[in-house]
Amino acid sequence: MSLGSVPLKYKISIDRDQCMKCMRCVDNCSYGVYRVEDDKILIDSRKCTACHRCISMCPRDAINLQERPVDYRSHPLWTVEAREDVINQARTGKIILAGMGNAVDYPIIFDRLVLDACQVTNPSIDPLREPMELRTYIGKKPSKLEFTKNNGDIDLKTKLSPNLKLDTPLMIGHMSYGAISLNAQLSLAKAVAKTGTFMGTGEGGMHEAIYPYQDHTIVQIASGRFGVDIDYLERGAAIEIKVGQGAKPGIGGHLPGEKVCADVSCTRMIPLGSDAISPAPHHDIYSIEDLAQLVRSLKEATNWEKPVFVKIAAVHNVAAIAAGIARSSADAVVIDGFKGGTGAAPKVFRDNVGIPIEAAIAAVDQKLNDQGIRNEVSIIASGGIRNSGDLAKSIALGADAVYIGTASLIALGCRVCGNCYRGLCPWGIATQKPELVNRIDSDVGAENVANLIHAWTLELSELMGAAGLNSIESLRGNRERLRGYMLDQGLLDVLKIESVGA
Amino acid sequence: MAEPLVIDAKGMHYTPLNRQIREALASGVKEIVLNNVLGQRFIGNGLRGDAKIIVNGVPGGDLGMFMSGPECEIFGDAEHAPGNTMDNGALIIHGSAGDAVAHSMRGGKVFVEGNIGYRGGIHMKQYECKRPILVIGGTSHAFLGEYMAGGLILVLGIGHEPAVQDRGIGSGIHGGEIIIRGDVDEKLLGVGAKKVDFTEEDLENVAPVIKEFCERFDIDPKPFLDTNYSKIVPASARPFAGKYTWE
Repeated sequence: MSLGSVPLKYKISIDRDQCMKCMRCVDNCSYGVYRVEDDKILIDSRKCTACHRCISMCPRDAINLQERPVDYRSHPLWTVEAREDVINQARTGKIILAGMGNAVDYPIIFDRLVLDACQVTNPSIDPLREPMELRTYIGKKPSKLEFTKNNGDIDLKTKLSPNLKLDTPLMIGHMSYGAISLNAQLSLAKAVAKTGTFMGTGEGGMHEAIYPYQDHTIVQIASGRFGVDIDYLERGAAIEIKVGQGAKPGIGGHLPGEKVCADVSCTRMIPLGSDAISPAPHHDIYSIEDLAQLVRSLKEATNWEKPVFVKIAAVHNVAAIAAGIARSSADAVVIDGFKGGTGAAPKVFRDNVGIPIEAAIAAVDQKLNDQGIRNEVSIIASGGIRNSGDLAKSIALGADAVYIGTASLIALGCRVCGNCYRGLCPWGIATQKPELVNRIDSDVGAENVANLIHAWTLELSELMGAAGLNSIESLRGNRERLRGYMLDQGLLDVLKIESVGA
Repeated sequence: MAEPLVIDAKGMHYTPLNRQIREALASGVKEIVLNNVLGQRFIGNGLRGDAKIIVNGVPGGDLGMFMSGPECEIFGDAEHAPGNTMDNGALIIHGSAGDAVAHSMRGGKVFVEGNIGYRGGIHMKQYECKRPILVIGGTSHAFLGEYMAGGLILVLGIGHEPAVQDRGIGSGIHGGEIIIRGDVDEKLLGVGAKKVDFTEEDLENVAPVIKEFCERFDIDPKPFLDTNYSKIVPASARPFAGKYTWE
């Protein structure tokens, strides 16, 4: 028997008194919600994804969107989503894929952490008047410095490892060309070049349009090794080995053949229209020793001139794994929390596997400190960083810098509709269709993303000033400046912070 | 022809050894002989150009990784993952090699006179004129050509009957071809792999590779120039299509 259809997710309506029939909604909707018949705009709400493109382009604010216009019988356990997933799998017998990050209503630890500020004693600092030191170096720091005297001069004898110099402790994480469009990637590249920071290329090679900004890129080598050759490795300012991703820990990925267009095929170095399959593990890494071999292999191939990062998903034993990575010659460990975004991931992984970034940062920082090797690696945190408050809290928990992903896409228009996998992104971000990609002017996009980075940097300076700190080093791992609000004792212990009032 | 540069690698750490090789190539040296190599990793890593490197001894892991052009001839066995993500050039190994030989290799040739370990040729891939070739004179352990996305793996099985007797051949293969001397038991094929007839046309295509391999190792190619091979190819170019539904 047929299961019939499930109710609409969104209902679109047009205020016909307001509408001037400019047809911008019809032109802008790439999902086909609108069509014109007999001079009337007709609506097919079932096709709507709540991407807000039409709403943002409507000059009269005539479009209204309602989520879940049809009620189910309410039930605390059998949520609408639980019921609809069962219906979907009863129909198909398949694994459910979903876009964007974790969509389960887990408590957000960031929102249960509060920052400190000075009152009366230890006066706060006004960043307008005093210099605030946000410059951040990512890479190994020597455990001690040795000098030699040279005719009255002092020369540094210790050989320093290569570090990345960031003007702000904020970078853009890895989103590949293929997952996002070239204009989106170009916008991000121009923005990081403008703001003195870096972006990840993702797995999938580097398009030649990005070459002018290559000194601001971190190239990624993942299990599929797509687009990886010696030229690619030499182009990046740093190299990142992707072991795992917060949105889907423990599994690989694959770019479906239909997304492998001519340009993507050329950048990834695979045939047009073929599936790009990244296996779950790197098949030359089955142990920490093998990881060390890959780290060193990358360093040998690039003459020990580039920092090598290792990115892992935040999982239960993240601290012990990070301690292993710190001993592998890697220069930074990237930890991606379970709220990290993705173009597509099996829903059961996205919503159920991994741990929150807040706990992972604290656990890793603590473990590395306990073992006396915190200087061996920088910690880069990612996965659900929404604003400068999350940024400041991440650093106070022990991170050196953060990666943002989703936030930088929202700065390009993304409204987190979660339909990235359909390749029809009306904002020109998660699509390869030229007419959609062209909706992004990379100069305008770069300005928006640079504005965001600039704004968070300003806010971070203000937060630090208010706490009486004038350098980012004084905030890093400074858990004394954090308090937990309504967190249980177990979590307070993991985060190594006190409760509010304590 | 200039005299080759000879380096005694006895007791040397791999970093100074590789730096010496890199500097020599940069200064225009075309041929290098490395003596007493014992476990030094990353020899040939990321090197470009058309130099020749002779390795006397047993090099360590990731021999020729990311290499793009040179030829390394090894008089000895090789360790883990020779030819890893190699782009161009050749590795000629007069001996056997460890696991993950030619991992993710995208171009050039890896010839192994003896046997190889597990996961040989895993995720090899091809693009336009770049087609990697892995030839094994002896036999291979399990998961040969796993996730293979392009290129050619040829197993001659010299001294082995059958040529391959470990399982998981071509699991997840979605491009390229695996050619194995003699018959291959169907039950040894991995998920997504299928066996097809090896035709005269196939022989025509693969004969130059057989001849080149035999020439490098001083083997008479004649006994190998027939159609007594099994050819293993992807059952589908999209092994994971059909596994997923959208939210």
